[in-house]
Amino acid sequence: MEHATTSDHIEDVYEPSLTPDSLGKLGMWIFLVGDTMSFGALLAAYAAVRAGAGVIGWVPPDEILGINLTAAMTFLLICSSVTMVKALEAIQNGNVSRMCTFLGLTIAGGVIFLGLQAYEWYHLITHGLTLTGIPDHGLSGAAISGSTLFGPMFYAITGFHGMHVTGGVIYLIVILIHGLRGRYTAEFNHEVEIVGLYWHFVDLIWIMVFTFIYLL
Amino acid sequence: MAENGHKDHPKYMNIFYWLAALTAIEIGVAIPEYSIVVKAILLIGLACAKAALVAIYFMHLKFERKTLAIIVLTPFIICVFLVFALMPDLTSDSRHEGIEKPAEVVDTSAH
Repeated sequence: MEHATTSDHIEDVYEPSLTPDSLGKLGMWIFLVGDTMSFGALLAAYAAVRAGAGVIGWVPPDEILGINLTAAMTFLLICSSVTMVKALEAIQNGNVSRMCTFLGLTIAGGVIFLGLQAYEWYHLITHGLTLTGIPDHGLSGAAISGSTLFGPMFYAITGFHGMHVTGGVIYLIVILIHGLRGRYTAEFNHEVEIVGLYWHFVDLIWIMVFTFIYLL
Repeated sequence: MAENGHKDHPKYMNIFYWLAALTAIEIGVAIPEYSIVVKAILLIGLACAKAALVAIYFMHLKFERKTLAIIVLTPFIICVFLVFALMPDLTSDSRHEGIEKPAEVVDTSAH
């Protein structure tokens, strides 16, 4: 009798085993939490260097970086997040062709983002923002000597994010190919939800990068 | 999963309008020249609001167990501590100590 109540108690306390659906989703969340620490460490280091340099010893980012272009890139990523949720919504309603259209638009958003970032990097490198130096037009000596870490940190953080976008585009293309082959239905679509989690995370991180690197 | 939790989705376009509006406000806050501390607080607040909207609605955290939200929030809180943990290495005093030594080296080589 006592034994029976104990086992009942255990069943109440412990979670049910992971199902194939929840396993994939939990796996992605665990990866994203770890990845948050990667980006968090980079941004925390940036914030600490920035604060340590003070106001005079740091170049105002808007004198080197183009805010308008990156604001457009931010908006583009937000749009691609919307097309991603629309793709998931479509397949949950069983509409495969609509899902593929929205996945295609999401991929297009990612590719255009990468194109704009490549253009931005090219522009910045030709104007003197390198791993060892910053453009010196009209800046005080203190700002230049205090900002030597700006270039490497800028390229490390935006480059790390760009690699995530590249990975996301490849991931989305794989899911799109599966979708075109008819793998997903109204009942079987958790893989689309999981790629969505990754893509929204990339968007979320860019929101933080945009604020810390470009606006502050 | 599909049949039990996803029918009550929010209107995604409303979230999109909020995100677009908050981005526009961010630009408006960032461009004028004023106290960097006030600016930092405003901008970080706006960024956190946008990140929260993406996580809660687009990533469906609102429809998951509360435990997951706590797990996801943890690294963000740790990162805030990380900034303060790194700070002592980078205050202006320690930077000056580091700069003085190379300056002496430069002086001797000039002679």
